[in-house]
Amino acid sequence: KKTTISVFRPLRFPISFLLRSLHCRPRVTQTSLPFAAAAAAAATARRAQHFAAMGNSSSMLTQYDIEEVQEHCNHAFSQQETVSLYQRFCQLDRSSGGFISADEFLSVPEFAVNPLAQRLLRTVDGLNFKEFVAFLSAFSPRATLQQKIEFIFKVYDSDGKGSVSFKDLFDVLRDLTGHFISEEQREQVLKQVLEEAGYRKDSSLVLADFVKILGNPGLKMEVEVPVD
Amino acid sequence: MSDPGKLNTSSSELDLDRPNIEDYLPSGTSIHEPHGQLRLRDLLDISPTLTEAAGAIIDDSFTRCFKSNPPEPWNWNVYLFPLWCCGVVVRYGILFPVRVIVLAIGWIIFLSAYIPVHVLLKGHDKLRKKIERYLVELICSFFVASWTGVVKYHGPRPSMRPKQVFVSNHTSMIDFIVLEQMTPFAVIMQKHPGWVGLLQSTILDSLGCIWFNRSEAKDRETVAKKLRDHVQGSDNNPLLIFPEGTCVNNHYTVMFKKGAFELGCTVCPIAVKYNKIFVDAFWNSRKQSFTMHLLQLMTSWAVVCDVWYLEPQTLRPGETAIEFAERVRDIISVRAGLKMVPWDGYLKYSRPSPKHREQKQQSFAETILRRLEEQ
Repeated sequence: KKTTISVFRPLRFPISFLLRSLHCRPRVTQTSLPFAAAAAAAATARRAQHFAAMGNSSSMLTQYDIEEVQEHCNHAFSQQETVSLYQRFCQLDRSSGGFISADEFLSVPEFAVNPLAQRLLRTVDGLNFKEFVAFLSAFSPRATLQQKIEFIFKVYDSDGKGSVSFKDLFDVLRDLTGHFISEEQREQVLKQVLEEAGYRKDSSLVLADFVKILGNPGLKMEVEVPVD
Repeated sequence: MSDPGKLNTSSSELDLDRPNIEDYLPSGTSIHEPHGQLRLRDLLDISPTLTEAAGAIIDDSFTRCFKSNPPEPWNWNVYLFPLWCCGVVVRYGILFPVRVIVLAIGWIIFLSAYIPVHVLLKGHDKLRKKIERYLVELICSFFVASWTGVVKYHGPRPSMRPKQVFVSNHTSMIDFIVLEQMTPFAVIMQKHPGWVGLLQSTILDSLGCIWFNRSEAKDRETVAKKLRDHVQGSDNNPLLIFPEGTCVNNHYTVMFKKGAFELGCTVCPIAVKYNKIFVDAFWNSRKQSFTMHLLQLMTSWAVVCDVWYLEPQTLRPGETAIEFAERVRDIISVRAGLKMVPWDGYLKYSRPSPKHREQKQQSFAETILRRLEEQ
């Protein structure tokens, strides 16, 4: 079922729609999405200056683009939310390169003061729009508990080997506590809780362990995407 | 570890309408103090921190302050569109040339009066200053007329007294022109390159303006000293300071810098609110140069704004400079209908200092240690 969404605002401006179509809006395919995002963003920036009264520059996304992005993230976000995320992506991607660099992420002070910012940057640096939405899909209210736990697992398992070692736990705890706990105290705390949960210090945790530990009584990890 | 259901609300995004100085004080203590034995789950569950990070990526209050909101298009109709086209023709074809001519005439009058006065009356300082003040007010009126500025001033006009400073919220460099039209202020501004810089170093210098450079590290102390000297002098023009330090989009106010509030004199707040009905007066320095911004103003119908001169405030006993700054920011925001945001405007140019992150780390570390001891 195709729904006409407000992305098709150009139909409301007869002349501007003609002018816009003269600019060859890119028809996006799977492989070209990064470049399309870049071209779209660049064209959008230029257009925003010319037609200042013509409304939001976000409507460069076509229906195809939105559906493709939604497929990729398992429909975690509605179409309106995807459009909002695209606006946000363009806003953060100031250099219009089609991806958000680490520097551009850190220019959001609320993100830069987060203790886990550096760790997250390793995953999120240089993502194009499709991957950006997939990254954020774990925070959608429609995401399952399994997806959220997988996300947390991936944050711990930064080198992607499928298991979380004592060192990974130690590193994350160090990020969260800074220099307010000494190294020995941290090690002691971790050893203590691991043993209490039935693991040894040198055992590595896999995803199933995470599911067992965090699965009950569940996680609340949701962010609302503002929709205009 | 704090209760997984409760977001560790940082001082960053909430309570936009209340003054929030938690950036300067230790923050991040969650309301639910978790008890009980420390378990593996508590350490593994990083969801509150991750939620904050994702929330910041999706929408953050700081970027919102500097977003120029495009106006809602109204010309999308069959009969409104030709009207709009006529409007464009009138604005660009008739009004713009007229305004350019008016501005050119104004500059000619100003320069032909200013340069002789400046050179010839070198000896008679008082008279020279009086004439120069009047001439600057004149050229500012010409500027305002060149955008068809409709400015409504509320409140008593500022009087020239020693030991008083004026503070105002900042939307664009034209704030200064709008305010200067009424009273000859001496302003403290960032030194700009280009023709603006030339204006700054020649004409505005005579008003007693002070320049600073954001990028210079040692600049702060020199500027603070200059401020203090200026305020003490009795014959100087009243000092106008924009404590936000940067242009904000006229819907929000960012944190005021405490420099203006530590000078030991009365602070008179001024609130400036622009009406976006014809043009958005916010100068988004990332997107436009000042020249383009001026041209945009000159090709619009009018620039409408309200200026309120508010009641002078003094430091209350037992109040710190930061609290004083927040109190004045509250007064200005309420009058102009702006929301307050607890971020420092300079974060536009630099990264936040590690102390904010350390506060969060500290509170989390303390929770863990406390629970360890409880066992």
